[in-house]
Amino acid sequence: MSASFIILAAITIASAVAAMTLRHLVHCALALAITFAGLAALYLQLDAQFVGFAQVLVYVGAVAILIVFAILLTRGSEAPQQSIFSSSWAVGGIIAAAVFAVLAVMIRKSRLSELVAPAGTTTTVREIGDRLMTTYILPLEVVGLLLTAALIGAVIIAMKEEPK
Amino acid sequence: MTPLAGYLLLSSFLFAIGLAGALTRRNGILVLIGIELMLNAANLNFIAFWRFGPNPEMLKGIIFVLFSIGVAAAEAAVGLALIIAIYRHYRTTNVEKMNSMKG
Repeated sequence: MSASFIILAAITIASAVAAMTLRHLVHCALALAITFAGLAALYLQLDAQFVGFAQVLVYVGAVAILIVFAILLTRGSEAPQQSIFSSSWAVGGIIAAAVFAVLAVMIRKSRLSELVAPAGTTTTVREIGDRLMTTYILPLEVVGLLLTAALIGAVIIAMKEEPK
Repeated sequence: MTPLAGYLLLSSFLFAIGLAGALTRRNGILVLIGIELMLNAANLNFIAFWRFGPNPEMLKGIIFVLFSIGVAAAEAAVGLALIIAIYRHYRTTNVEKMNSMKG
């Protein structure tokens, strides 16, 4: 394992744990932004430059800001008085630990770790654009429609109701 | 270069953290953050398998992740709008207090 992978993985895991356990919601959102940035760096390490920068734009730029806005609009910035975990936290924790144990055992047992990466490939944005505009033109249009519908839907849901 | 198993272990750990957060936190926004973490863990798997797979020049993993990011962004926008609408109604984001369907 390379040193850069270990450092990036440690940052990503530590900030993800922080995002799920911190008490203040704003701190959670900031830790989540660090997790997204760490994942973007991992994508860069895996030679997926375009995805890495799309991750920075969409997640670190947009989704994190959206979450901060939601926290401020719901007055979640004050620290909660009672426990931050629900009453059935033990069951949830056991389920998550079991899921991780099963996945980890299967990964260790499989022969995937013997795979060697093919020699470094350079993916240009031009190639991705060519694929998106030829082979994947229909999914691209569907995603555009989905994003438009989500935009209109989110505005309508969050709009203030008229008093009757 | 790091073996594929390293990336897979990292992404399954991220998935488990997100699942634990989505199942145990009281605040609805934190539940959504957990779901976002799980989606990102899946994206990391896509990229890792694309990089270590036999035909990286086909770009299938990259295209899949781009669409996945788009769908996840739509999900986050609608989910947070729902949280805000529910907050306006119940004056709380505690998911344990949202236990009635009738307004």
